Amino acid sequence: MAANIPTHAQVQGGIGATEPGISHDEHLHHDEHHEQNFLQKYVFSTDHKVIAKQFLITGIFWAIIGGTLSSLFRLQLGWPEATLEWLQPFLGKWIEGGKLNPEFYLALVTMHGTIMVFFVLTAGLSGTFSNFLIPLQIGARDMASGFMNMLSYWFFFLSSVVMFTSLFIETGPAAAGWTIYPPLSALPQAISGSGMGQTMWLVSMALFIVSQLLGGVNYITTVINLRTQGMSMSKLPLTIWAFFLTAVLGLLSFPVLFSAALLLIFDRSFGTSFFLSDIYIAGKALSNTGGSPILFQHLFWFLGHPEVYIVIMPAMGMVSEILATNARKPIFGYRAMIGSLLGISLLSFIVWAHHMFVTGMNPFLGSVFMFLTLIIAVPSAVKTFNWLATLWRGNIRLTTAMLFSIGFVSLFIAGGLTGIVLGNAALDIQMHNTYFVVAHFHLVMGSSAFFGLWAGVYHWFPKMFGRMMDEKLGYIHFWLTFIGVYLVFLPMHYVGIAGFPRRYYAWTGFDTFSQFADLNKFISVAAIVAFIGQFIFIFNFFYSIFRGRRATENPWNSTTLEWTTPVELGHGNWPGAIPAVHRWPYDYSKPGAAEDFIPQHVPYSQTQSSNLPYEKEME
Amino acid sequence: MTTLGILLVLVLLLVVFGLLFRLQILTSIFSGSSTREVGVSNRVNAIMCIIFLVVGGAAFAWSFVDNYDKMNPPIASVHGHATERMFWTTMIILGIVFTLTQVLLFVYSYKYQHKEGRRAFFFPHNNKIEVIWTLIPAVVMAGLVFAGWKEWTRITGPAPKDAIVLEVMGKQFNWLVRYPGRDQKLGLVNYRLIDATNEFGFDLSDQNGIDDFVAPEIHVPKGHPVLLKIRSRDVLHAVYMPHFRVQMYAVPGMPTKFWFTPTKTTDEMRAQTGNPKFNYELACNQICGRGHFAMKLNIVVDDPDDYVAWFAAQKSFSEQNPDVLASFKQKSNKLVEKEDAAPAAAAVVPAAKASL
Repeated sequence: MAANIPTHAQVQGGIGATEPGISHDEHLHHDEHHEQNFLQKYVFSTDHKVIAKQFLITGIFWAIIGGTLSSLFRLQLGWPEATLEWLQPFLGKWIEGGKLNPEFYLALVTMHGTIMVFFVLTAGLSGTFSNFLIPLQIGARDMASGFMNMLSYWFFFLSSVVMFTSLFIETGPAAAGWTIYPPLSALPQAISGSGMGQTMWLVSMALFIVSQLLGGVNYITTVINLRTQGMSMSKLPLTIWAFFLTAVLGLLSFPVLFSAALLLIFDRSFGTSFFLSDIYIAGKALSNTGGSPILFQHLFWFLGHPEVYIVIMPAMGMVSEILATNARKPIFGYRAMIGSLLGISLLSFIVWAHHMFVTGMNPFLGSVFMFLTLIIAVPSAVKTFNWLATLWRGNIRLTTAMLFSIGFVSLFIAGGLTGIVLGNAALDIQMHNTYFVVAHFHLVMGSSAFFGLWAGVYHWFPKMFGRMMDEKLGYIHFWLTFIGVYLVFLPMHYVGIAGFPRRYYAWTGFDTFSQFADLNKFISVAAIVAFIGQFIFIFNFFYSIFRGRRATENPWNSTTLEWTTPVELGHGNWPGAIPAVHRWPYDYSKPGAAEDFIPQHVPYSQTQSSNLPYEKEME
Repeated sequence: MTTLGILLVLVLLLVVFGLLFRLQILTSIFSGSSTREVGVSNRVNAIMCIIFLVVGGAAFAWSFVDNYDKMNPPIASVHGHATERMFWTTMIILGIVFTLTQVLLFVYSYKYQHKEGRRAFFFPHNNKIEVIWTLIPAVVMAGLVFAGWKEWTRITGPAPKDAIVLEVMGKQFNWLVRYPGRDQKLGLVNYRLIDATNEFGFDLSDQNGIDDFVAPEIHVPKGHPVLLKIRSRDVLHAVYMPHFRVQMYAVPGMPTKFWFTPTKTTDEMRAQTGNPKFNYELACNQICGRGHFAMKLNIVVDDPDDYVAWFAAQKSFSEQNPDVLASFKQKSNKLVEKEDAAPAAAAVVPAAKASL
């Protein structure tokens, strides 16, 4: 793995090169546009790789903010009696007489959710890796429209600026929960965060949706049109399938959120009554009648549910890829993996109302959604079993990325299983909006998706920056985080089974919720320690960009196309012709092959010793 | 001064950390381990996987057993016992799957760790296995869906005819409770009539509402079905009564309902839990603003006789607020004089809503 051992030419030669080895000097000259200034190259770049890094670094920034917010409210939940005077210099008037302001507490919870779901795990995760990997893995020089891709990032940036600014305004940021259910989110009389803060939230989200749609259209178009010669849909790496379907989900569901946001803006500012009816607040009866708050929930969750798959599917794709690479085994059941992704994508659109079993929705509708929801467990189970089967009899290299992928599978199982409880309407009566739900989705989409993100960063870092991240720090980061996540979220189930409601500033007012004070303290300590541990990653990331060990072209001996590109990659990706593809992406440890991997661009004619009977015809 | 000291220590720690980090890199280069493809750390991580599985699993099991009683608040409704059984049955099935998959995951990670010269088994797919592990979860899920669906339809089905009716209304940040009086009919309410005295918005021109009374807490008799009508007058709230396994949103403009049968009186529960201060509590479980976490209402489950006595002792809202009643009489007199038409047309819409 050291810089001087397997060079591009040697690796290629080892398994039969399709093109002559190219020296580094050549493509440096070939590809860098000499005239590019700093602004064009790093800021307003149309290169998908630079845009990916922009998404990633913005995502890291947001993750730090989102994590800090969670540490603040965990302080409150762990030590409800403590004075937080020492936070006064940071939080100013939100500390009242040494206590956190309860409305600010709700704002913290709201912004934590919004930031993590949208800004980190949607933009930061699929924004980074869809951008980075789609052209590289399908063999394209860039996205279908580099300009739209650039716009996609800058709309996200604008959206980030608006959301970030809203953290500092006088009435505070949005505080009606990340689901912004009206009427609470519609009426500034109800909570101060529903004033300017909510307006900025909605504006920011509208910009965010524009960014998602620009990105999504691009990903879909690129995957459909720009695959290199031979790269049929059935030869795509699972990452690409995942990104592709994620983009489809986003394209079909984000506009619905946009409509919900738009109608809410109308209700807030122009006196309409889409979601408002029969309200008496702050000493006044409002004139709105005939609206339905439940309508908003239907619209919101029509995005909101696919959204959790938008978050998790890219992670699933990357984990499939990393598990196969590091187990040195083909992913088990490639077609079943694609099929289950398709199944999940389809089902994700018709399960949304399981968030609404006890909203007063017709119980018959509840029955239908319970049925559909529990079906989605089947493709998820298939994926899990296939990942396990991929490890079976492998030859596993436990790189940091691999550890995070194993961690992903573990967390996905732990969090996914409790979904079976929550999807059961009869059981959801008790569990709805308790900490059981919080534990469930933090494991299955929060932590898992984060693990996918980290796995992806550690795995593709050499391709992104031409250097390696430090593995030892990576191991420390992994174990600390992995153990930390379980210490935080397993006990949360206990708290949830006992019925503790979420979004509570304190439970001390209720006898029913008087137990578990110690456990909540424990959760808070674990959460804060795990969060601080993330700075190991942040250090490792930024340090390695500049001082990490130099990477080789294909440090993980992987089969996909991105590893055929030179270490110093310019705009356009391949200095010469784009390689053609001949085989599926998972020819690891094929019997009879010289090496334990055969890259996708190697034709069957060069691997006669390892060809399977049906591959003989293709020689 | 202390702050400065702490900062200094932190900075020094960071410096030490940085130096150690550099040192580690240099030694690994010197010893040649940085050039090895798969080094000692592979083995260390594999062992960590097993340690994590064993120690983590044991800690999980211990903490679960240790907290089991605390996480099971006593249940006091008929359907609550049924859903509780279903919950733990489901959890056992999930627990088995959880254990099995996690053990396989970490044992495989350990057992099949990289060994020089070994080659992984080329095993791209096997249709038979895949069909089996698609069908098994499908069958198990079908069973769970069916059981859940049966219970759900029973719980959400129509309340028995003889159910006791009462209504809770959520507002920022407390609950209002009203009972139909002797006539067992809740009168009309209208949010436009709400003011400081008439918090519920009673429309006393409706005869059904004359004997309605409000109460500071909920009283229900043991062993008798109770139909809870639920409304909100400002933002969303949710009626959450964990001991009864009851939860339903309170939605402005859309009355909702939930029925249940309490099985233990408050006194019985106090004896059972050994807590003389035990009270059934109703919590708000949908974010509603600043005081969301303190929106509490007590529920008292009485013996049927006590309940009857309590009910008889209540004074109706109109009796307690004669001036409100008088103002309605005045208004209706004026209406009659003006239009001499029978009921006001405006009352028809709220009437449809109030009767659900």
